[in-house]
Amino acid sequence: MRQEGLLRHAAVRLLGLIPTLLVLITIAFFLIRMAPGGPFDGEKVLPPEIRANLDANYHLDEPLLQQYFRYLGQIITGDFGPSFQYKDWTVNELIAQGFPVSATVGGLAMLLAFVLGTLIGTVAALRQNTAVDYSVMGVAMLGISIPNFVVAPLLILGLAVYAGWLPAGGWDWSWQRMILPVITLALPAIAYIARLTRGSMIEVLHSNYIRTARAKGLPESLVIRRHAFKPAILPVISYMGPATAALITGSVVVERIYSIPGLGSYFVQGALNRDYTLVMGVVVFYGVVIVVLNFIVDLLYAWLNPRIRYSEAP
Amino acid sequence: MNIEAKPRSPELSVEDPFAAAFAEEDVRGRSLWVDAWHRLLKNRAAVVSGVIMAIMLLMVVVGPMVLPWEGDFTDWDNTSSPPSLETKHWFGTDAVGRDILVRTLEGGRISLLVGLVATLVSLVIGVTYGAIAGYYGGMTDRVMMRVVDIVYALPFMFFVILLMVVFGRNIVLIFVAIGAVNWLDMARIVRGQTLSLKNTEFIEAARACGVDHHSIIRRHIVPNLLGVVMVYVTLTIPQVILVESFLSFLGLGVQEPMSSWGALVNDGAQDMESAPWTLVFPAAFLTVTLYCFNYIGDGMRDALDPKDHL
Repeated sequence: MRQEGLLRHAAVRLLGLIPTLLVLITIAFFLIRMAPGGPFDGEKVLPPEIRANLDANYHLDEPLLQQYFRYLGQIITGDFGPSFQYKDWTVNELIAQGFPVSATVGGLAMLLAFVLGTLIGTVAALRQNTAVDYSVMGVAMLGISIPNFVVAPLLILGLAVYAGWLPAGGWDWSWQRMILPVITLALPAIAYIARLTRGSMIEVLHSNYIRTARAKGLPESLVIRRHAFKPAILPVISYMGPATAALITGSVVVERIYSIPGLGSYFVQGALNRDYTLVMGVVVFYGVVIVVLNFIVDLLYAWLNPRIRYSEAP
Repeated sequence: MNIEAKPRSPELSVEDPFAAAFAEEDVRGRSLWVDAWHRLLKNRAAVVSGVIMAIMLLMVVVGPMVLPWEGDFTDWDNTSSPPSLETKHWFGTDAVGRDILVRTLEGGRISLLVGLVATLVSLVIGVTYGAIAGYYGGMTDRVMMRVVDIVYALPFMFFVILLMVVFGRNIVLIFVAIGAVNWLDMARIVRGQTLSLKNTEFIEAARACGVDHHSIIRRHIVPNLLGVVMVYVTLTIPQVILVESFLSFLGLGVQEPMSSWGALVNDGAQDMESAPWTLVFPAAFLTVTLYCFNYIGDGMRDALDPKDHL
């Protein structure tokens, strides 16, 4: 019964994602086209014949609406088209090159954030309103308040320039070059997850079934691990959907500061150069990732929370 | 009113003369706002943050007027000079000899202004939208909230960046773009509150008196949302300041000679190896501000809604 309801819920959710993606594509498409200038407005003015040929080749001479539907038809087949700016590259190739880098850094950061965040939050909740709690949460608030474009230069200054322990930037898939970007991305997420965990853990620890578990004589560590942890991380799970999507698709700031060849840098570059296909490709890709991750989070949430029964009518 | 207030006032005056004075004037007012105010005053972190923010505001407004330097003045004798009392550049100067302290304070004006104006924009949109959806309910509500759901799922940082790229780096646009991004949460919260408000007796009484929908929303619903909205405003301000600094950091925000904390941090990060003070001071001002606003917001939430602690 529960399985069936869950499946139906999943199907409904998946269908509901289609309008979201469509809106996303539509807004992004027309927004970038409204921008003055085009991909071929470089410093060198092209002869009109060549310009006309280029426009015809990329279908830029057609009415906008026709281009829009052409584009929709094209991305349904999974083809994002050629990049305007990076000659000889398709947008698919650029994404295939940038995404693994962004996903590695972002995924590691999220993993670190989840482990440390829930740990810190739980410790703070268990020592609620003590000096430990206040100082841990004060530090967590700092983690939320310091922007990553402040943290990153400071980390480089401290650990790379003065101490000389780690390289200041660049990318070659070695762990030394991953440490600083991963820490930078993880810090605010750690802080956020710690705050969420603390809040819900305090609530869970006051509930009746925890009192029962304690009354049975279970050791405290077992009460936390077996009974309190799962319900307490529910808000963390729903936070992690969009947060993970944002992290694995590449942070513009972190990629710029550490010179990492990820997806985020392609987006800003593409938008500045009016590289229509690249910008759209990254936006659509990001949309799909966020939508898929939200979907996974939804299912995870249902699986973790025994109170949700999708078989019942909403 | 007097009959009700009298038996209470003697015991109150023993503990707290202010509360008693307040009770004499308005018995109803004491319960919500004064209680919340007292709870907020007991929250040490929030009070300290409030004081720091007041000082910060004063510095940012008055500072550039009384300091001996102009923000765009280049002191060629002291380029990239470290903080020192002798040169009168207390925070040092940047690569072209501009005083970091003055520039930080002037950048603070822009950052705080963006914070306030953009929050105001999101406040107006969010409250109007949420109150209408919640009050009319039914199909209107469902359609309006579905729109919010869809917009919510869009990666908004992308759109802000696109907007800035598309329409140029215009400061008014920064206000509007950021405000237009941040109204969603406000709309959701206001709608929820309106839903619970609209079935209360006093709204029913207003309706029975023949007050039209428009006036009910404006005169009776919105004023009663003030508590929740205030909490949300305090939490939105730091978010907005952060978004603006982020844009300025990418070079898409305010442009020279104007400056904001984000732009200054960006400048500082360029030559932090030779002149770390150009990074550290603006970064510190920005961080302190965000930190304090977050604490004030947290404190207000706890004060106005003690159950809901995040």
